[in-house]
Amino acid sequence: MSTTVLETQTALDQALQASTAPRHKSSVEVTDYNNRQTVGKITVDNPKMVCRDVDVFYGAKQAIKKVGLDIGANEVIAFIGPSGCGKSTFLRCLNRMNDTIASCRVTGQIMLDNEDIYAKEIDVVQLRARVGMVFQKPNPFPKSIYENIAYGPRIHGMVNTKAELDELVHDSLERAGLIKEVEKRMQEPGTSLSGGQQQRLCIARAIAVNPEVILMDEPCSALDPIATAKIEELIDELRENYTIVIVTHSMQQAARVSQRTAYFHLGDLIEIGDTDQIFTNPRHKLTEDYITGRFG
Amino acid sequence: MNKPATGSATPPPSRNIKAIVHQNLARRRAAERRFRGYGLVAITLGLAFVVLMFGNIISKGLPAFWQTYIQVPITFDSTVLDPQGARDPQALANADYATLVRAGMRQLFPHVEGRLPLRALGGLISSDAAYELQRRIQDQPELLGSTQEVWLLASAAVDTFFKGNIDRTLPEAERPIKDNQIEWLDKLKTSGKIEKQFNAVLFQSGDSREPEQAGIRGALMGSFFTLLVTFLLSFPIGVATAVYLEEFAPKNRWTDIIEVNINNLAAVPSIVFGLLGLAVFINFFGLPRSAPLVGGLVLSLMTLPVIIIAGRAALTSVPPSIREAALGMGASKLQMVGHHVLPLAMPGMLTGSIIGMARALGESAPLLMIGMVAFIVDVPKNFLDPATVLPVQIYLWSDLPERAFVERTSAAIMVLLAFMILMNGLAILLRKRFERRW
Ligand SMILES: Nc1ncnc2c1ncn2[C@@H]1O[C@H](COP(=O)(O)OP(=O)(O)OP(=O)(O)O)[C@@H](O)[C@H]1O
Ligand SMILES: [Mg+2]
Repeated sequence: MSTTVLETQTALDQALQASTAPRHKSSVEVTDYNNRQTVGKITVDNPKMVCRDVDVFYGAKQAIKKVGLDIGANEVIAFIGPSGCGKSTFLRCLNRMNDTIASCRVTGQIMLDNEDIYAKEIDVVQLRARVGMVFQKPNPFPKSIYENIAYGPRIHGMVNTKAELDELVHDSLERAGLIKEVEKRMQEPGTSLSGGQQQRLCIARAIAVNPEVILMDEPCSALDPIATAKIEELIDELRENYTIVIVTHSMQQAARVSQRTAYFHLGDLIEIGDTDQIFTNPRHKLTEDYITGRFG
Repeated sequence: MNKPATGSATPPPSRNIKAIVHQNLARRRAAERRFRGYGLVAITLGLAFVVLMFGNIISKGLPAFWQTYIQVPITFDSTVLDPQGARDPQALANADYATLVRAGMRQLFPHVEGRLPLRALGGLISSDAAYELQRRIQDQPELLGSTQEVWLLASAAVDTFFKGNIDRTLPEAERPIKDNQIEWLDKLKTSGKIEKQFNAVLFQSGDSREPEQAGIRGALMGSFFTLLVTFLLSFPIGVATAVYLEEFAPKNRWTDIIEVNINNLAAVPSIVFGLLGLAVFINFFGLPRSAPLVGGLVLSLMTLPVIIIAGRAALTSVPPSIREAALGMGASKLQMVGHHVLPLAMPGMLTGSIIGMARALGESAPLLMIGMVAFIVDVPKNFLDPATVLPVQIYLWSDLPERAFVERTSAAIMVLLAFMILMNGLAILLRKRFERRW
C-alpha cells in the first residue's frame, strides 16, 4: 500500500519538474498549473480573499508552489493535508505572519477585498487587525483575562472610555462562549484557565478587534473532545459575522465545521471543493488516499 | 558451536544476557559510587574553604565593630576656650581643646608628674578627642564653663591592649603600651571608666592615618557614587543593546561580528578597562582623576557586556508564542517588545544586571589605574570629589601593619561581603518572585 503512495508521489513530482509550459487561466472545474492540476473550482461567487500564484520559499526551499484559491465571505474553509505540506505556511501568508521569519519569501498575489495585502502601502498592523489569528497552542498573554481581551482594542485605539472597553471585553467573551466561566475572575491571569478555556480566550481576543477574517491553525489539537466540541460550535456561530480559515488534521472536524475544503500535498494545492463532495467523492487519487486514511 | 552459520544471528540465550547485564551492573554501580564519592569530597573541600575564609575574616573583623572609650571628666574651662569672653563661634572653634583633654586626664591621675609620664598619660587618648570636644561645644555652646563626664576615644594602642591583643608579659620595649600606662589602664578598668562601645566611627568617618579614627564611610560613599554611575549608564545602554540585537537587528555578518566582540569583551581582564579609562576619560577627555564619575564610566565598560549577554538570554527565554500572539493581534514590533517581551524579560535582565553590579562593586584593579587608590580623608559628596571604593580601601588597609588596621581590613571585607550577599540575594529573590509565568 505504501509503495502505491510513493509511486504516485514521485510521479507527480516528476511531472511537476519536467514541464515548463505556461500555465492556463484558472478554469471552472480544473485549474491547470504547469501540467499539474488543482482539481475543483478554486473561485467562489463573493470572495473575501483571492489568492493567485502564491509561492513561498524558506531560503532556497519552496514550501508552497503556485497555489491559487478563493476564500468566500462568511464561509468556513478548511485546509487539510499531511504534515509538512505547507498548510500553516499558506495560512500565515494570509495575514503576513511570515514577514517575521527572516528567511521566508512570498511571491504571487493575495487580495483582501480587492486590495493586494503585499502591496507597499499596506500596513501589516492594520492588516492583522482585519485578519486575526488563533494559534495551535493556546497562547494567552501572561496578563489578566481582562487585559488579554482589552489589549487589541487598546493598541488599535478602538475605544475611548473605560466603560466602552468593559463592554467590548464582556461582549467578546460572550461571543466566544466564555463569559459564564470567567465573569467572576476577570483579573486572574489568562494562563490560569484550562487549555480549552485558554483557546476560547484567544478566540475572544481575536474577535475583540472585530476582524473580517479569522485564521485558525489547528485550534483544537491541544484540546480534549469536549473542549473541541465547544470550539467547533463557536466556529459555527462565528461564521455569521466572520470569514474563517481553519487548518486541521481531523477529517471529522473539517467535515463538521467547514463548507469548503482544500487538500494540500507537498506544497501543492491538489484539490479544492465543497466539503461534502471532497469527503464523499474525492476526485484526485491523493485526496482519496488521504481522507480514507491510507496516507498521512 | 555446531549450529549452522545462520544460527549465529540468533540472540544468545537469555541466561547469558542476564549474566552480562549483571556483571555490567556491578561495574556501573561501582562507577556511580566512585563518582558520588568524588562529588562529596569536592563539596566538602569547597565548604571547608568557605568556612575557613569566613571564620578567619569574621574572627579578625568582628572586634573592629567595638572600640575602646575612656570616661574623662572634662571641664569646659572658659578661660582656656574663650579668654575674651566674646563667645565668638570662630574663636571657639579654633580654641585649644587638647589642653582640656590633658587637664581631664591629670584630674583622673593627679599623682603623675614629669614630662614623659604626662605625655604617656595623654597618649592613652586619641588625638580625635580634641575634635570631639570641639564638636560638643559647637553643638551645645551652653556647656561652656561646666564639667562633664565625657567618653573619649582611646588611642589605637590602648584599644589593642584592651581587646587583649598585646601580651603584657613581653618586655616593655617590645610593646606599644608601657608599664605605667598598663597600671593606669588597670585602674581605669577597676573603676569602670574604660569600656568598649559600638564603633560608630567606623561608619561615620573617612580614612585616617590614626587607626582608631579610620572609617569606611568615604569608601562606602565612593562605592555608592561609582556604582550609581555604573548602573545609570550600563543598565539602559545594556538593555537597549540587548533588545536591539535580539529583536530588531537583521542576522548578518555585522551583527555576528558585534556579538562575538561583546562576548569577548566580557572576558577581557578588568585592568585593561582601567588602562582604557585612563587613556580615554582622563588623558583625552580631561576628566578628574580619582573621581567616582570616571570609576563609574570604567566599570560601565566592564559591566555592559555582562548586562547585554544576560539581557539577550532573558529575551530569548521569552517564548515565541507570546511574540506571535502580540503580532497576530496587530501589535507593531515595538509594541510587541515594549508591552510583552520586555516586561517578561525584565526580571532576568535585572538579575543579570545586579550580578554584574555586584561584580563591579568588588572590582579594584581598573580603579587603581584611574587613581582611585589615593589616601582620601574627606567623605566624597558628589561624582567629582576624589574618592576611593571599598575594595580599594581594603587593599590600602591590608598593607598597614597596625593591629587595629588588620582588624579594620577584615571589618571592611565583612561589610563588602554583606553588600555582595545582599545584592545576590536580591537577584535570587527577583528570579524566584518572577519565575516564568507562562
Ligand atoms: N520557519 C521555517 N523555516 C524553514 N522551513 C520551514 C519553516 N516553517 C516551515 N518550514 C518548512 O515548510 C514546510 C511546510 O511547513 P508547514 O509548517 O507549513 O507545514 P504544515 O502543513 O503546517 O504541517 P503540520 O500539519 O505538521 O503543522 C515544511 O517542510 C517545513 O519544514
Ligand atoms: Mg502546521
